[in-house]
Amino acid sequence: MTTMNMIEAINSGLDNMMARDDDVVIMGEDVGYFGGVFRATAGLQEKHGKTRCFDTPISECGIIGVAVGMAAYGMRPVPEIQFADYIYPGLDQLVSEAARLRYRSAAEFTSAITVRSPFGGGIFGGQTHSQSPESMFTHVCGLKTVIPSTPYDAKGLLISAIEDNDPVMFFEPKRIYNGPFTGYYDKPVEPWSKFEASEVPEDYYKIPLGKANIVREGEAVTVLAYGTMVHVANAVVEEHGIDAEVIDLRTLVPLDIETIEASVKKTGRCLIIHEATRTSGFGAELSALVQERCFYHLEAPIERVTGFDTPYPHSLEWAYFPGPVRIGEALEKIVGELTS
Amino acid sequence: MADENSKTNLPPLSLHVPEPKYRPGDAVDYSDVEIPKAGDQPRPDVNSEPASMRDMVYDMVRVLDEDYKAVGPWDPKLSDDTLLKMLKTMAQVRAFDDRLHRMQRQGKTSFYMKSTGEEATSVAAAMALHSDDMCFPSYRQQGILFVRGYPMVDMINQIFSNREDKLKGRQLPIMYCSRRLGFFSISGNLATQYPQAVGWAMASAAKGDTRIAATWCGEGSTAEGDFHSAMTFATVYNAPIIMNVVNNQWAISSFSGFAGGERTTFAARAAGYGIAGLRVDGNDPLAVYAATQWAAERARTNNGPTLIEHFTYRAEAHSTSDDPSAYRSAQEREEWPLGDPITRLKRHLIHRGVWSKEQHEALDKECIEAVKVATKEAEKNGILGHGLHQPFETMFQDVFEEMPWHLEEQSKQANKEREIKWPDAEASK
Repeated sequence: MTTMNMIEAINSGLDNMMARDDDVVIMGEDVGYFGGVFRATAGLQEKHGKTRCFDTPISECGIIGVAVGMAAYGMRPVPEIQFADYIYPGLDQLVSEAARLRYRSAAEFTSAITVRSPFGGGIFGGQTHSQSPESMFTHVCGLKTVIPSTPYDAKGLLISAIEDNDPVMFFEPKRIYNGPFTGYYDKPVEPWSKFEASEVPEDYYKIPLGKANIVREGEAVTVLAYGTMVHVANAVVEEHGIDAEVIDLRTLVPLDIETIEASVKKTGRCLIIHEATRTSGFGAELSALVQERCFYHLEAPIERVTGFDTPYPHSLEWAYFPGPVRIGEALEKIVGELTS
Repeated sequence: MADENSKTNLPPLSLHVPEPKYRPGDAVDYSDVEIPKAGDQPRPDVNSEPASMRDMVYDMVRVLDEDYKAVGPWDPKLSDDTLLKMLKTMAQVRAFDDRLHRMQRQGKTSFYMKSTGEEATSVAAAMALHSDDMCFPSYRQQGILFVRGYPMVDMINQIFSNREDKLKGRQLPIMYCSRRLGFFSISGNLATQYPQAVGWAMASAAKGDTRIAATWCGEGSTAEGDFHSAMTFATVYNAPIIMNVVNNQWAISSFSGFAGGERTTFAARAAGYGIAGLRVDGNDPLAVYAATQWAAERARTNNGPTLIEHFTYRAEAHSTSDDPSAYRSAQEREEWPLGDPITRLKRHLIHRGVWSKEQHEALDKECIEAVKVATKEAEKNGILGHGLHQPFETMFQDVFEEMPWHLEEQSKQANKEREIKWPDAEASK
């Protein structure tokens, strides 16, 4: 075991896969010599060679399209899109191509690509470095969507994603690259090294896709979250002294519906949290699923806490962020709801 | 089948991945960079067919020679006053960049981007346009705003996201916008402004207007599909537009080879689309002015679009989030064969006998003082992260023209949270 922050864990996952499988190649803007603007690919070009980890032209359409082509050859590309906010020029290649290639070729061709991309706000990045576009991809049939919340999970999930034979969107919550975030922007960041989840094996291991993680067991309410919001949710639950069960979804598609269903049937209440905008966000899907499957067990209306339906503002970032106040209010409301 | 007899003995293919010549610590030798002699380039008529001037895309329009004299057919023959204005504007931009960069380092804002060494590509270009021509800039063309007289205080208010920020604290620092001055809202996404600029130019043509459009992107961004869509539309509709590619050699850590620069020039992109292309010494303000003037006249007389590659060098980091010492040799800047645009224009003016070293030193001091005054003024309106400068409802305005019910609800929620999260701010409201 070694102590790693999330960047180091992702780097280690990539390194392991490149060593195990010659077909694993990394490409993206600034990922080569420089090692990525967030350093996720640091040292990989030097170690594995220039044709295994290389810089690309600034063309997200090209990056994804070329990855689909390399996968068609039989390789296993791991393209990086520098910020999730930059992914849109690559959408056609993802939505119309990568996601449907298996289907339209009757599985003659597949797109075993893993698109890594930092996402989410909380770094004063403004509207073009803060977005959480995950629900655009969960809406596309044929794409898997994975979002880790700890260094340990990030590495294990990334290895599973790379080995998966379908295209995987791997969104990395950049606010917690260096340490978990409790939602209080004015408190200093505590580094990952202070937390158990930074204990990461140097070698290969996997965390299966489609398996959620119950990070806190409880009876009063089920809290569904992923990425940065898992840590914010935990902190707020502790602060309010509520016996909540906090579930880190880890994979949005395919979703671990069994874990969710069992938990909500136990608690009878469900709070859904994400940083992304509210309308047509993944929370809407979760809310519908819980209602469909757990309606007769529900003791209170399902609540959603999300980012507001506006572009991510620069100066009012902390007014926008679904932090402790918004979550706390929803928690109290849902737990306070009387059993009828 | 072609391969029936030849399958054996084929050499293995190999993948080429570009590599810049110099990395940190390397000695830099630019003797292989071809710098044509100033004044040697022909100046075609503005109505020339693109096919007849294809050599221009591999050449380099240069006006200032080694002795800082203006030579050749591209000399725009500007008045002393115009040249002094150009010099002063560039000096002011540089002083502004230096100070605002430092302010970010002092924690007064989140982000900054300097244009050091590239001032001519926006200042001289903007001066050659009419003041009502429409600009679609990228993020390193602050020089345009200085030319058009945007107050520094307003720029700094935006950089600080403070209560006088005309963009209401919504945008990342330096992502300016001024409709009044024909300066389109800057996007953080790359090359998106290129087809938009072509569209504006098409609209101006369709409406029988006389204004033209100009747009800028970096050489790295020419890889984006938007660039190529823009070129296609520009040629198809013969749009009255100037498309500037500021080739400053580096896109964060990726050298120009990752945009295709190993094989040809960026101006040569024009040839493939049947567009007039010029390659210009981007550190020669007179050449930048002359090329822009030429392209503007061409556009204004219905002779269509021009692509201009400005060959220059990004002297500083990509942004305050970047450290170029990790990927390129520090010597590159020192050895850059085209020098510095401000120094070159300064020496030209001294050579003309209308400027002196002493006057220039005084100018630098004036510029520093002017930024200092503007910064102090802007700081009175607040700096990022200290105080809540915008009413929370502004966050929900301008998403749509009229606010739908769900944003009304969310706006109320935000204001309710404000009372809980920042009770002191409430009290002083």
